[in-house]
Amino acid sequence: MEWDWEFVREIMPTLLDGLRITLLATLLGSMLAAAAGLGFALLRRSKSRAVARTTGFVVEFIRGTPLLVQLYFLFYVLPELGVLLSPLTAGVVGLGLHYATYTSEVFRAGIDNTPRGQWEAAKACNLTPYQTWRHIILPQAIPPMIPALANYFVAMFKETPLLSAITVIELMSEARSVANSNYRYLEPMTLVGVLFLCISLIAVPALHLLERRFRPTR
Amino acid sequence: MTDTIIDIDCVTKRYGSHTVLKDLCFSVRPGEKLALIGPSGSGKTTILRTLMTLETIEGGTIRIDGENLFQMERNGRLVPADEAHLHRMRTKIGMVFQLFNLFPHKCVLDNITLAPMLTKGVKKADAERRAMELLDLVGLADKARAMPAQLSGGQKQRVAIARALALQPRIMLFDEVTSALDPELVEEVLSVMRMLGSTTDMTMLLVTHEMSFAHDFADRVLFFDRGRIVEEGPPDVLFTNPSHERTQTFLKKIIAAGQRI
Ligand SMILES: Nc1ncnc2c1ncn2[C@@H]1O[C@H](COP(=O)(O)OP(=O)(O)OP(=O)(O)O)[C@@H](O)[C@H]1O
Ligand SMILES: [Mg+2]
Repeated sequence: MEWDWEFVREIMPTLLDGLRITLLATLLGSMLAAAAGLGFALLRRSKSRAVARTTGFVVEFIRGTPLLVQLYFLFYVLPELGVLLSPLTAGVVGLGLHYATYTSEVFRAGIDNTPRGQWEAAKACNLTPYQTWRHIILPQAIPPMIPALANYFVAMFKETPLLSAITVIELMSEARSVANSNYRYLEPMTLVGVLFLCISLIAVPALHLLERRFRPTR
Repeated sequence: MTDTIIDIDCVTKRYGSHTVLKDLCFSVRPGEKLALIGPSGSGKTTILRTLMTLETIEGGTIRIDGENLFQMERNGRLVPADEAHLHRMRTKIGMVFQLFNLFPHKCVLDNITLAPMLTKGVKKADAERRAMELLDLVGLADKARAMPAQLSGGQKQRVAIARALALQPRIMLFDEVTSALDPELVEEVLSVMRMLGSTTDMTMLLVTHEMSFAHDFADRVLFFDRGRIVEEGPPDVLFTNPSHERTQTFLKKIIAAGQRI
C-alpha cells in the first residue's frame, strides 16, 4: 500500500470539518466539566448530610461507569423517557459530566488547601458564606488548579472519538466515513492521529505556560 | 446589667471530651481595655474565637450589648441563632489574628475596603477614602497598593488592624497580635494599639504574652488557668501583688524568661 497525497488533499477539508466539531465538543465539554465539577465539589461540602451524600454517590457512580455507556444512555435511552438530545448536545453533556467527576476532585483539593485562617478572617469581616466563596476562597483556590484542570481537558480531547458512537460527525467519524467509501484506511487514520498529535503538541507547551503563570506564590 | 457590653455567663466549651472553658463568668464594661493572660492552653484564644462566633459553646450564655449571641427569640422561645442573627451580632465585633490572615490575592487597600463595601454597602470612593485615613493612622499610607506578600510582619499586622477598624466595631479582639513577629517589629504594632487604646472608646480585649504592655494598656487583667479565671484585678495589683499562688508562679516564670513586667 502506498501513501497517496492526492487522496490526502481530497479528504483534508472533510477531516478539518470534523476537527472543528471535535474542538467544539472539547471546548463546550470543558466548560461544562469545570462548572459542574465546581458544583459537585460545593455540594459535597454542603452542611446538609443528605445533599453531600447524594452528590458523593452520583459522582462515584458517574466516575465508576464507562463514558461510552453514559453516551449511549444519554443518546439512545433518554429519548425513550421523553428527553431528546441532539448528538452534539448528548456528547457534550456526557463528556462534561464524566470529566466533572474528575475536576470536582481538583476543586475539592484546591478548596481544602485554602488556609483555615482565610475562612476565619472572612467571618470576622462579617462576609456572608456566598461572599466568602466568591471573593476570598475561589479567587485563591482556582489559579493553582488551572494546570490540573487543563490536563483533564486535554485528556477529554483525546476521548472525543467516542462521540462517533452516538453519530456526532467529529474528526473520527468523518475519517471513518471517507475511509469506508473509498476503501482506503491508511491516509484517513494516519491523518486523524497526526491531527490529534498536533493539537496535543500545542497543548503541552501551553500547559507549561499555565503552570508557570499560576504557580502558587505563597 | 446596662453597664456591661459583654456578659459571659457560665460558659462551657468542649472540644470532644476535652473541656476547655468551665463555667466561665465575666463581664466587660463599654470602653474597657481588658488583658487576658495565662499559660499556654488555658483557653484565652478560645474565648476570643467564641466571641467572634468562630466557635460555638456547649453551655451558658454570652450577651453582647444585652443581646444573646448564640440564641434568639422566636415565637417567645429561645432557639439557636440563625445566620442573619449572627451576621447582625458580628457587626459589633472585630478581630485581629496572630497570623494576620490578610487576603493574599488583594492589595492592602482592597483588603480594607472589601468588607465595608460588601457588608455595609459603602460606596467604593467612600470606602477608599476611609481606608486611606486608617492607613495613615497605622502609618502605612504609602503601602495602599502593595500586596500582602510584599509587607513585613509588622506591616501586615497593622493592615489587619486597619481592616478590622474599617468596619467600625464597638468591640475589638486582639489575639497575640505580636507573637508571630520578629522582636524588632513588635513595637510598631504595640504603638498602634496604644494609640487606639488612648484615642478611641472601643472596648478592647487583648490576649497577650507581653506583660509590660498589658500592664500599661489594660484597665483590668484576667489571669486564666485551665479554662477558669484564677484571679483578676487592676494591672498594678495583679502584676505587683498577685494573691494566688498560680498567678505568682506564672509571673515568676515570665520574669525568669527575661521579660519586664
Ligand atoms: N480546634 C481544636 N480542637 C481541639 N482542641 C483544641 C482546638 N483548639 C484549641 N484546643 C485546645 O483547647 C485548649 C485551649 O486552647 P487555646 O488556644 O484557647 O489556649 P490559649 O490559652 O490561647 O493558649 P496559647 O497561649 O498557647 O495560645 C488547649 O488545650 C487546646 O489544645
Ligand atoms: Mg492562644
